[in-house]
Amino acid sequence: MKSFLFASLLPFFAVTALTAAEPIKVGEVASLTGKEAAFGNASHQGTLLAIEQLNAAGGVLGRPVELLTEDNQSKAGESATVARKLVSREKVVALLGEVASSRSLEMAPIAQRAKIPMISPSSTNPKVTAVGDYIFRVCFIDPFQGTVMAKYAKENLKAKRVAVVTSVSSAYSVGLAKYFKERFVADGGEIALEQKFAEGDKDFKAQLTAIRAAGVDAIFVPGYYTEAALITRQARELGLTLPLFGGDGWEAPQLLEIGGAAMNGTYYSTHYSPEDSSPKVQSFVAAFRARWNGETPDAMAALGYDSAMVLADAITRAKTVEAAAVRDALAATKGYAGVTGITTLDADRNASKAASIITVQNGKFKFVQSVAP
Amino acid sequence: MTEFLQQLVNGLSLGAIYALLALGYTMVYGVLRFINFAHSDVFMVGAFAGLYLAPLVPADTILGGVLVVLGAMLICAVLGALIERFAYRPLRNAPTLNVLITAIGVSCLLQALGQLVFGAAPRAFPAVFPARALSAGGLDFSSNQVVVLLVALVLAVALRFIVFRTKMGAALRAVSQNPRAARLMGINNDVVIRFAFVIGSALAGAGGVLYATNYPSIDPFMGVLPGLKAFIAAILGGIGSIPGAALGGLLLGLVETFVGGSEYSTYKDAIAFALLILFLLFRPAGLLGKPRVEKV
Repeated sequence: MKSFLFASLLPFFAVTALTAAEPIKVGEVASLTGKEAAFGNASHQGTLLAIEQLNAAGGVLGRPVELLTEDNQSKAGESATVARKLVSREKVVALLGEVASSRSLEMAPIAQRAKIPMISPSSTNPKVTAVGDYIFRVCFIDPFQGTVMAKYAKENLKAKRVAVVTSVSSAYSVGLAKYFKERFVADGGEIALEQKFAEGDKDFKAQLTAIRAAGVDAIFVPGYYTEAALITRQARELGLTLPLFGGDGWEAPQLLEIGGAAMNGTYYSTHYSPEDSSPKVQSFVAAFRARWNGETPDAMAALGYDSAMVLADAITRAKTVEAAAVRDALAATKGYAGVTGITTLDADRNASKAASIITVQNGKFKFVQSVAP
Repeated sequence: MTEFLQQLVNGLSLGAIYALLALGYTMVYGVLRFINFAHSDVFMVGAFAGLYLAPLVPADTILGGVLVVLGAMLICAVLGALIERFAYRPLRNAPTLNVLITAIGVSCLLQALGQLVFGAAPRAFPAVFPARALSAGGLDFSSNQVVVLLVALVLAVALRFIVFRTKMGAALRAVSQNPRAARLMGINNDVVIRFAFVIGSALAGAGGVLYATNYPSIDPFMGVLPGLKAFIAAILGGIGSIPGAALGGLLLGLVETFVGGSEYSTYKDAIAFALLILFLLFRPAGLLGKPRVEKV
């Protein structure tokens, strides 16, 4: 909490250090506290690093960029409230956020109605950008992620019968489960059993016992890291040694903290790996470590960084902060080389990027392979 | 059959935690006739006490685990006594509704303080008891589940001993039956009520640590849902009845687990609450509660 206060004060110093040119206000909505705090903080750290680098290089259009961050406490309903505040009171020129698809879906109608461009760094549910022509994202979408994991399960994990454990209260989880099932069944696999839970559940032994009785080769858990870690842990306690795998919702250091040794032999797909040797990634990792006490940036941090940079790129090309012009410039984003790969925004305002598959070995994340779209 | 037995084991270990919490609700209700909504947040404080105590004891040993549980119980007992002294005692002669609203206020206060002191992000709970995977006859469970059942059993027996075999227990029962008559017999009601809070909160503290050992992700709002469930358990068993609370907790754990393992898993909370409504309709006094004749 202390570091967060400190972090939110920093842009002010950065701003005052620059000339008196009126700052460009950019709003950010993130889950800095609550259940998905790891996502919000990583994404915020990446975003703030980008803004600081932009300001250090003279700002955008010769004006400093001011980041106004609002916390939604990982709660349903809060994102809409704080987004409305950023739009109507702070008059931001664009909104960045959210990580979780359900919460991006809350903010999107507000940005669309106010005709303010919004960029979600890492919401992968297709519905997010379908809200309207002012809503963008800089990450791949779940139909791609579901396909990648279905193929990986079949070809690399050699799984024929898979059980799926879905969180019914998360748009991300339901969507990813759907695309995974479609692809896995189309490829000749079998979904032996689908079990459901609701956000906030902590006991999954009942569902896992039913899965154990069904006899499967692997379990797909399209959910966020807290639940994924608890599910894996409880699966191991029930004597299930089979692989569990999921999507980018797993990406957080807390996955290992909560799951412990149980996480060994699990897999997930995500947007980037800090082990990538490309100079773009390595210079980002070095800058991030220098800025945030040696922490290694994860995919949420990298996407947060890219979302701010893509916005700055669009404003620079638009040569104005006028919303409609920025929107058009964003829609025309083509071949922007970011940390998480090349961003080209398509007609549906989505990016199409490669996915990285990560595994856990001896309590550490390890890059397995990259899957191109 | 194996699946059924496995679900039975799962349900019992979940139910044991509900039972520990339900005992606290029922004890306070017994002496003060109100639902102490802050109880679920005392449970949360218990888990965080465990988090901070864990590095101070020998890691991964039974002794360390027991020390953490006892330490959390002690901290929660003190917290319970403080809550009683400063929030509820000044309202001793106020209408029950005032006390009830105060209880909700104390609950919010503890959650907000929890966010301030512990941080709002979920924290990983360390392994305080040595964790082993056990398997017998096709059933798999962790040693933590056994620990939960054992600790719950020991505490329930100890509670029964205190209530039925000690002088304080007799005073507790007397105050529960008729506070005014108890006072006339020379019982200091304030001491007895404080005692009920201390014991109930200590049980919540133990419950908090045990819950966190089994589900090692804790946050300042972690008490809300288990608290609500334990409240249902206390009503199911018959509020005010100690064996009833234990029975209600186990029953609720079993119902949740069996529903959770079926295709209706998403309805498990709905079913738990529907059960509460049905009970209130057909047996308002609960399983083991005594129907009370209201005197006008």
